[in-house]
Amino acid sequence: MADAAIRVVDLVKRFGDVVAVDHVSFSVAAGSTTGLLGGNGAGKTTTISMILGLLLPSGGEIRVLGEDMLRNRHRVLPRVNFSSPYVDLPHRLTVRENLVVYGHLYGLRDVARRVAKVAADLDIEALMKRPAGKLSAGQKTRVALAKALLNEPELLLLDEPTASLDPDTADWVRSYFQAYQRRTGATILLASHNMTEVERLCDHVMMMRAGRIVDEGSPGELIGRYGRSTLEEVFLDIARNQGEARKAVAAQ
Amino acid sequence: MRREGIRQSTFRLFAWHRVGAMVLRHLYLLRSSWPRLVEMAYWPIVQMIMWGFITQFFLTHSGWVAQASGVLLGAVLLWDVMFRGNLGLSLSFMEEMWSRNLGHLSVSPLRPIELVAALIGMSLIRTVIGVLPAALLAIPLYHFSIFELGLPLLTFFANLMMSGWCVGLAVSALVLRFGLGAESLAWVMIFALAPLSGIYYPIDVLPGWLQVVASALPPSYVFEGMREVMFGHGFRVDLFATALALNLLYLAASAGLFLHIFQVARQRGLLLNMGE
Repeated sequence: MADAAIRVVDLVKRFGDVVAVDHVSFSVAAGSTTGLLGGNGAGKTTTISMILGLLLPSGGEIRVLGEDMLRNRHRVLPRVNFSSPYVDLPHRLTVRENLVVYGHLYGLRDVARRVAKVAADLDIEALMKRPAGKLSAGQKTRVALAKALLNEPELLLLDEPTASLDPDTADWVRSYFQAYQRRTGATILLASHNMTEVERLCDHVMMMRAGRIVDEGSPGELIGRYGRSTLEEVFLDIARNQGEARKAVAAQ
Repeated sequence: MRREGIRQSTFRLFAWHRVGAMVLRHLYLLRSSWPRLVEMAYWPIVQMIMWGFITQFFLTHSGWVAQASGVLLGAVLLWDVMFRGNLGLSLSFMEEMWSRNLGHLSVSPLRPIELVAALIGMSLIRTVIGVLPAALLAIPLYHFSIFELGLPLLTFFANLMMSGWCVGLAVSALVLRFGLGAESLAWVMIFALAPLSGIYYPIDVLPGWLQVVASALPPSYVFEGMREVMFGHGFRVDLFATALALNLLYLAASAGLFLHIFQVARQRGLLLNMGE
């Protein structure tokens, strides 16, 4: 594997007796788009939260962009960003105010120019004077993406980035990610339940179940390994704990 | 853009531009909500008007108040400094929880100590917005100017702000740990200190064991110092120094508690799920 943007070794997270992430190790190649897939409670969000330093691991090691995330988080976070439809921006602030505040938090030299650029790129200029709390779910998602792209991150972590977007806008956003990655060489780690999206965007996919990575490979490799025609069928095999049986059948 | 578009100070352990960004975020909020601004000034004005009338009554019925007519009004205004100092900090923190913004903030380069600095800055701004109109209105209404205390006023103000921050940081830590169900502590907790702080009376009227408790509270020295100045006995450096030393001790402890609870929140995954 090429230089790793993320390297996770023996990562564990326990909440009392519950093991949410169970001795997970993986690497995400720099410049790749990697999908982290799994059913609800598989450990995706917990894993992403630990990579971001939002959640402290019970054990293991996380290196992001070459830095130890547990010790040198402050050196990494200005180069990273994150978007999730489940985390809001302040409702009473306008979209522009929110982006300006985050622009300053990320230490941008020319905040006004960068905010204008991101707003134009994501086609949210008409929303700039509106309070963030008054936006539709789809508009909020686009604004959250604008916030995530403010610092032109070298690593972008996306939790269901097109949830609540209509098919047309979702398609536009996916194209934007592809163009962004081609232009900047950024690494994208994506958690999604949308298999079409994962097949289209991801070079590499890691499948999680019960806190472990149970399989990984390119979407094509996984589909072939399980003898299926879509990634969604592979996802269902793994989620229903029928993955090994399917692989054995496919191997025959 | 990458690194060349980002200030070098962004990679430091403490960056003032991040503190400024958080202050800006709360100033935007105040600008967008005139009811918040009115509410901040409303209660101190109501308190001042009520205690102004009480003072006028006592001027003819109490020799003690008659010796220094502004002693009650001065006390109520300074108490509001401490109360607003606490509220300004804890409400600014709770705004982040109400708006479910802690997740974004926690994955931004903002560090918890910078958040504390920003909350302190906002507390100062909110306190001035809240208390200044009442202090100015007292001049035409009751011919009482707290500014006549002169330089000692600055020491009283600074000490009471610090006491407010101690309570505000402790409240914020508890709300972070136990959720927004604990938010009423912002209003309740500080009132537990009021009877022991000697706001309107010297603490030697308290029972002996409560005097011991009161002597551990910085505001009790501030209000005693205020009365000394108002009764013409001059500024007591010893009272000021004791209040300052206690405040610095408690401020270190409450900031330590807040930062510790922030770490606990990172262990328990509380930062993503906070909200209304």
